[in-house]
Amino acid sequence: MNFNQLLKESAEEYNSLFESENPTILIGSATCGKSAGAHEVEAVFKTELEKQEVFAEVIEVGCIGLCYLEPVVTIIKKGMPAIFYGNVTPKLTEQLVKTYIIGNDPMKEHAFGSFGDKIVEGIPELFDIPVMKPQIRRILRNCGLIDPSNIKHYIAREGYSGLKNTLELGPEEVIERVKLSRLRGRGGAGFPTWMKWQFCIDSGEDDRYLICNADEGDPGAFMNRSLLESDPHSVLEGIVIAAYAIGAKEGYIYCRAEYPLALERLKHAISEMKEKGFLGEDILGSGFNFEIKIKEGAGAFVCGEETALIASIEGKRGMPRTRPPFPTTSGLWGKPTVINNVETMASVSLVMQDGYDQFIKYGTIESKGTKTFSLVGNVQNTGLIEVPLGTTLRQVIEEIGGGITDDGTFKAVQIGGPSGGCLPEPFLETKIDYDSLTMAGAIMGSGGLVVMDQNTCMVDVARYFLEFIQNESCGKCIPCRLGTKQMLDILTDITEGKGKSDDLDLLMELAQGVKDGSLCGLGQTSPNPILTTIKYFKNEYDAHINERRCTALLCKELINYQIIPEKCEGCMLCLKSCPAGAVSGIKKKIHSIDKDKCIKCGTCIELCSGKYNAIERVSKY
Amino acid sequence: MNKSLNGILSTYIGDKSELIPILQDIQSNLGYLPEEDIIKVSKFTGVPESEIYGVATFYTQFRFTPLGKKHIMVCKGTACHVKGAPQIIEGIERHLGIKEGEVTFDMEYSLESVGCLGCCALAPCAMINEDVESNMTLKDVKKIFSRIKRNSEDKDC
Repeated sequence: MNFNQLLKESAEEYNSLFESENPTILIGSATCGKSAGAHEVEAVFKTELEKQEVFAEVIEVGCIGLCYLEPVVTIIKKGMPAIFYGNVTPKLTEQLVKTYIIGNDPMKEHAFGSFGDKIVEGIPELFDIPVMKPQIRRILRNCGLIDPSNIKHYIAREGYSGLKNTLELGPEEVIERVKLSRLRGRGGAGFPTWMKWQFCIDSGEDDRYLICNADEGDPGAFMNRSLLESDPHSVLEGIVIAAYAIGAKEGYIYCRAEYPLALERLKHAISEMKEKGFLGEDILGSGFNFEIKIKEGAGAFVCGEETALIASIEGKRGMPRTRPPFPTTSGLWGKPTVINNVETMASVSLVMQDGYDQFIKYGTIESKGTKTFSLVGNVQNTGLIEVPLGTTLRQVIEEIGGGITDDGTFKAVQIGGPSGGCLPEPFLETKIDYDSLTMAGAIMGSGGLVVMDQNTCMVDVARYFLEFIQNESCGKCIPCRLGTKQMLDILTDITEGKGKSDDLDLLMELAQGVKDGSLCGLGQTSPNPILTTIKYFKNEYDAHINERRCTALLCKELINYQIIPEKCEGCMLCLKSCPAGAVSGIKKKIHSIDKDKCIKCGTCIELCSGKYNAIERVSKY
Repeated sequence: MNKSLNGILSTYIGDKSELIPILQDIQSNLGYLPEEDIIKVSKFTGVPESEIYGVATFYTQFRFTPLGKKHIMVCKGTACHVKGAPQIIEGIERHLGIKEGEVTFDMEYSLESVGCLGCCALAPCAMINEDVESNMTLKDVKKIFSRIKRNSEDKDC
């Protein structure tokens, strides 16, 4: 079947979802949806439809990005727009079947948005709701709207037209177009994609490899997982385009084993590609041959580093080596290799689908296009977002994120994972682009944005990142292996009230040494969380060291739990549930907490909060 | 057990680059890497045992002792940390009477913490075998374990 026939067939199949006499139900079934109960909801839909003897197509789709509303269900009925429902419970599922699928009442009180030509009064258009409005969804355009395990849905939405366009051009012309798009690597460093490709070609060797880095290890980041689960073909199309441009016959996707669903979707998508002639020999009749293999990571953060990743694919310990030579000269099996991030690949598909001129419409002068971010932490609307580069942090946190949870106050936003930094309130006007973030002391990184409120202790955050890095340090070079351990020990002492007055100077000195002396990016950037927290939150360090006080009342060694007598009703709830037996008292009399027995586990506060709020954390010193 | 190892090895050609996938297959089959299997993998691939251990101990995924029937992985990602993952881990430790990295006496449960499960928007979260638990609170810990117990009793019936 030629491409045009396939496109026609695919468009018919996809459009039939919207035009069929039978309703279609899309269930958000990415990892976030599943963990929020999508499976249960799907099962109830199926039993209820059977019971009511109604036929409707139930399709598992990916994540639309509004994770805080999961499980998300979309119902499409002929003559109506697609209607989106959030936080769907089994009970609401039953109601939806009766009231909307069988009846005609779309239950607008439970709907958060609609999508399509028609409008239903009382239900806003999906892309007009506050969390969506500032977003430009290009990479995520298909997420939640197509069946990720049906290649035809992707094709119907212009999928693989980028590959078709590519194969009609010479590799030089493809590189030229990517150059004109000014696409920079989305893995974090922001190296121009076309240049990496060109270096590989310039190496002069004929055997070249392409690797897609899906080893998304930054804690707090899940953009790649979500994209691979929701729209795997957009990444795979980019991989084939890149391979054609650099002349690679074989490619690898190095994906984390912690992402079982993403791996499953990738494997399925690859088999679909082979069946349709987008992979294998003579792709789309162009004479170009290319194969993709999947390699599962085995749980080592450092394997996100290019040379460590290559060592891991070769079956060795994933330890980085000195560069140069760079992988584009000597990479996998000693051959020139290009390693591109998942989102870079999806961006390449976009550039080749609808042109570089569409791509450069968004972004700043130096940072073009849109970028996905995982917006998480103490923010109302957590999820996966996509904004043009150059959007300010404030827009992202306040407009899209809807501000801080529980009426809290903003303290910091952590950007760029363990290599990034924590930025305070005055930096909220910072534009999110490669250069502005670097200037502020953070980095773009892969796209994790963790928002922190007043209850977060910044010394503890620095200690957390150092603990992470110290665990993940491969041990090859001394500055990273020993430096991170020393810095972690000092930070742990500070959080335990054992800090010394010259600790900060020592930390800064060590940080500089580790930064200058480490072999790879993991070590070189590891002091960033310390440096930015010392720079912007020095008062918290001072309080810990000089007064043995944790201003966020989080560091266990520096706080006590106590009962507020005026608020305690003597309900016995905390007394019964205290695992340490530290609460004493009798019913309807004010309880008290034995400081020596209390293990500060937080059980009592969790139980009392929202009821009497009669337990508080106070400074020990 | 040996038969299944032979079955696994028959899908490979014995190249050194296949070492990690082979170990991953053995582990997904048995839950850990037994010593006798490592010896056989060494003969099959020609990679010395010492080097296999070198590779296997480098990656956190590989284990050398069996896991519990229910393996719990609590996420220690940044979002989970900020939202109270350390308390959740302690809560589970207290409930099961084991520490991170240990297995209960009856081999029912094993507990470990992991870097990031990528479910950050619904933090704090944990994975119990294949299922992800999200937005966890200390209260949930007890509920989750009584649910697991109920489900396994149902199955036994």
